Amino acid sequence: MPEQVIFGMEVFLNGLMAGVLYALVALGFVLIYKASGIFNYAQGVMALFAALTLVGIMEGQVPFSHLINAALGTDLHHFGWHVPAFLAILLTMVVMVALSWVVNTIIFRHLVNQDAIILFMATIGLAYFLEGFGDIMWGSEIKKLDVGLPQGINGLIDETTFKIFDYGFFIDNLDIVATIVAALLVGALVAFAQYSKQGRAMRAVADDHQAALSVGISLNFIWVMVWSLAGFVALVAGIMWGTKSGVQFSLSLIALKALPVLMLGGFTSIPGAIVGGLIIGVGEKLFEFIMSSQAIAGELFGFTLSATENWFAYVLALIFLVFRPQGLFGEKIIERV
Amino acid sequence: MKTKLLTAFAAAFMAAAPALAELTIVDTSYRTGPYAANGIPFSDGYQDYFTLLNERDGGIGGEMINLVECETGYNTEKGVECYEATKGDDVLVYQPLSTGITYQLIPKATADGIPLHTMGYGRTSAKNGDVFNWVFNYPANYWDGASLAVTHILDENGGDINGKSITLIYHNSAYGKEPIRTLEELSKKHGFNLTLLPVDHPGQEQKSQWLQIRREKPDYVVMWGWGVMNPVAIQEAVNIRYPMENFIGIWWSGSENDVKSAGAGANGYKALAFHNLGDDYPVYGDIQKYVSDAGKAAGVGDQMGTVLYNRGMYAAMLAAEAIKTAQEMHGTSKITAAQMRDGMENLEITEAKMAAIGLPNFGPEFKVSCENHGGNGFGAVSQWDAAAGEFKLITEYYQSDQDVIQQLIEEDSASYAAENGIEGGC
Amino acid sequence: MFYREAGDFKTSYSEDNQTFPIKFDRWRYYFVLVVAFAVVPFLINDYWVNAVFLPFLIYSIAAIGLNILVGYCGQVSLGTGGFMAVGAYACYKLMTSFPDVNIFFHVLVSGGITALVCVAFGLPSLRIKGFYLAVATLAAQFFLVWLFNKVAWFYNYSASGQINAPERTVFGVPVTGAQTEPWAAYMFCLVFLVISAVIARNLTRGMQGRKWMAIRDMDIAAEIIGVNPLKAKLSAFAVSGFFVGISGALFFAVYLGAVEVGEVFGISKSFIVLFMVIIGGLGSIFGSFAGAAFLVLLPVLLKNVLVGTLGWPTDIAAHLEFMVIGALIVTFLIAEPHGLAQLWRVAKEKLRLWPFPH
Repeated sequence: MPEQVIFGMEVFLNGLMAGVLYALVALGFVLIYKASGIFNYAQGVMALFAALTLVGIMEGQVPFSHLINAALGTDLHHFGWHVPAFLAILLTMVVMVALSWVVNTIIFRHLVNQDAIILFMATIGLAYFLEGFGDIMWGSEIKKLDVGLPQGINGLIDETTFKIFDYGFFIDNLDIVATIVAALLVGALVAFAQYSKQGRAMRAVADDHQAALSVGISLNFIWVMVWSLAGFVALVAGIMWGTKSGVQFSLSLIALKALPVLMLGGFTSIPGAIVGGLIIGVGEKLFEFIMSSQAIAGELFGFTLSATENWFAYVLALIFLVFRPQGLFGEKIIERV
Repeated sequence: MKTKLLTAFAAAFMAAAPALAELTIVDTSYRTGPYAANGIPFSDGYQDYFTLLNERDGGIGGEMINLVECETGYNTEKGVECYEATKGDDVLVYQPLSTGITYQLIPKATADGIPLHTMGYGRTSAKNGDVFNWVFNYPANYWDGASLAVTHILDENGGDINGKSITLIYHNSAYGKEPIRTLEELSKKHGFNLTLLPVDHPGQEQKSQWLQIRREKPDYVVMWGWGVMNPVAIQEAVNIRYPMENFIGIWWSGSENDVKSAGAGANGYKALAFHNLGDDYPVYGDIQKYVSDAGKAAGVGDQMGTVLYNRGMYAAMLAAEAIKTAQEMHGTSKITAAQMRDGMENLEITEAKMAAIGLPNFGPEFKVSCENHGGNGFGAVSQWDAAAGEFKLITEYYQSDQDVIQQLIEEDSASYAAENGIEGGC
Repeated sequence: MFYREAGDFKTSYSEDNQTFPIKFDRWRYYFVLVVAFAVVPFLINDYWVNAVFLPFLIYSIAAIGLNILVGYCGQVSLGTGGFMAVGAYACYKLMTSFPDVNIFFHVLVSGGITALVCVAFGLPSLRIKGFYLAVATLAAQFFLVWLFNKVAWFYNYSASGQINAPERTVFGVPVTGAQTEPWAAYMFCLVFLVISAVIARNLTRGMQGRKWMAIRDMDIAAEIIGVNPLKAKLSAFAVSGFFVGISGALFFAVYLGAVEVGEVFGISKSFIVLFMVIIGGLGSIFGSFAGAAFLVLLPVLLKNVLVGTLGWPTDIAAHLEFMVIGALIVTFLIAEPHGLAQLWRVAKEKLRLWPFPH
């Protein structure tokens, strides 16, 4: 097999893995959009906030220590204990549920029945607030997040592929873990939505708020639940991305990676987020590979391009949209006059 | 009510001007935003050193230093706001710590007559003091950095790197593009193959770039990264098992923040430096005594001894020395911005001076002149020791390839002078 | 008391339809214009111009442009940063290629070029709607920024890819470059803003504006009553692009003077202009001003209060700034979802009746 094809296969596999990571972020958007029609711009910041809280709890940081020290002249930093990862994740989840409750009670309960763009704007306000709040609570220096996930090249795949192709493929262990986690997460979410009482109620709310309300479903409860679920997804995404790069401000920008995924998969479909993620991941990585490779693009077009991933993801999604304006798995848009 | 609000509003704007002080220095820091992790230690070091001078010596030459901090968030618009808000207070020198803000301030500060010190960043051709009268970038600049990295590679290979391959992985911005031209010239001179790999802001996702490095197996990788791009790149390098001792970062890619999250795998990573590292200096004892223990440390106070803290302190030290020089030259303790410029232009850093202030062997010796605002391009290579958790210098200070760089600087500054109608000021 | 129609007799249809039907409003409008043109230039210094007025004026132009697209025509766009970059780079290329032509025309032509680019990226709007379109316009944002970073011709092959505005004059007074007097920069932008606002106001209340609004309210229904969606949507993109391009050109040439595309015209610029439009009020020219003022002035004000007056550490102040802005956005939305312009309208209604309750 020609060398470039083998390389292409490696890029393809890595694209799939990257796609899963994008899909993890996109899932949070889909959950909230489906149940309440809110396009939650704050999802990225929620991931950052969740990761910051997790690290803070694990390291035993004193929240708001900088503020307290500045105001009272004290010198607080750490409680001096270390919380095991599992317990810290649970505690973080408690914080995220509390956050969901606060967000719903203070903001979105007052904005029921508003235009989509108003709700979108409210989430932007929330994003601003959380950005400042997270930093003031935990400090804005870079933090190492280690919950015990493996990182680095997977030896088994490397050796196996080396035997077959004479070139060992690089697959990151973390990506493999992320894929498994994402698969479990999606499976659990789908099962939850299909078979549990609350899940059914959630789908009912997604279909029609008023009808759901009239059969006795508590909208408030469902919305808090959905935001909590999104918070959980944000926490998972925050752990995966935070392990890779450390926990710091740029983590909130991963939302931008999720937007083309959403567009492609449709705002309302959980499987859509996964499939969209995979297509975007593979598409942008392969395009970058082909266009930046002297041996392929250089031969074919006589020039090479690099750092194309950011815009190509959007262009790819745009091309799909021109043919399917509601995304691959979105609900068909039916317009009546 | 409305008028009340309006008055309060106007009063709040006016309140921006603090009381006139003796020697005003502005620290345009960024403790928020995508680059906060890098901005915090630098700013802490910068401030702590001036606080030390105030507390221990009663300022410089008997004049207290008034340090004004202004948060930019690495945002050019806020940078402009900071500059305009503070420039009326007889500010002696600006240290923007952002290439973008530097480019904005070069024409403004030149018109207003306030010196800029862009230490190891900013516009490289500002080294030519003939054209850039008010801008200083001593002791080293980006092109020195590119050349220093190549010289280090040359040294490791016995002076011959013909046919070797070097990949530059860079932040796809003005900052990251700086070394390209120098590296291209050097590749012509030394015969190595140069590959360019841009990474878009913020650099959270670099799989494609590192897969390419893994496929092409370059002999060396040189990095021009900033912010989150650094830890991700080093993590990916560890993941693909790239030999870390062949991976060299510019000085802005070599702080503890960048390597710590990659753990033990990052051991052996190299980064350039133009000043010494660690906290084994007499001045640290004084900082502990007069600043930290007195509760006057800037920020949280936990950054002492880190690479970027030292860099901030070094910048403050250079500014303080320039103030001293200016005070001696003009025979007055209360100097103006124009006198400060003279002080910076006649600054001479010697080993004796550094030892006297408690920083022996902290940086290279250099001398600024009217034509040369950029020092002599001396730097060293540091290496990360993961077990000890610190960067250590592994070479002496050595000089960059001045033949190549000087010519590039002449070209670039000449085109700037032509574009803006500047005549030589020396 | 003064604020009512009574006694202000209209004798023609055009008088009845004027922008400010109430006499007090008209006088207030003239008063604001006189203050802006004849009083403010004498009072301002570098700080006020560079930290407050220039960003406010330029963002207002951008917000007016985006408001036409989002507020009047209902096409949500997140490509504003990219389109501003088109204006900035077009202006730079024009300034350096034709140094003898007056900068005023450079800025106008930059607006025209941006309009063309904007139309090209507006084509998908014929098929894609709502948030899908918003995300699709991000393709324009990222592609344009990448393009200006990649192709060296756009930045005249300079070493770092920065573009610098050379000095240009209007009537012999420099308006770009380091020698610019604060009042000159201010007046130059103010002229553009006033022209933009007048054009936008008259476009949006005429036939074109009604077509846009019909498309916004329901494009299929609009099509049935005879509005051509192709023409209406693309004309909105063109007009919007024109204003946004002008603002981009001014942003680069007059305000910043040196620009690096990824940092200045990045995605955050797109978002912030959209925030201005929504906070100010969709479909309102006044709202564009209010939104721009809110997001430009508030951070400066907060910073000066917290750091300058209260002397807090800058990082805590900066974080608090974010929290306060976020909280204020949410509070405004809950109190009045249709933006500051609606608050203004309600206030005016109340004033008309004041001091009598009915």
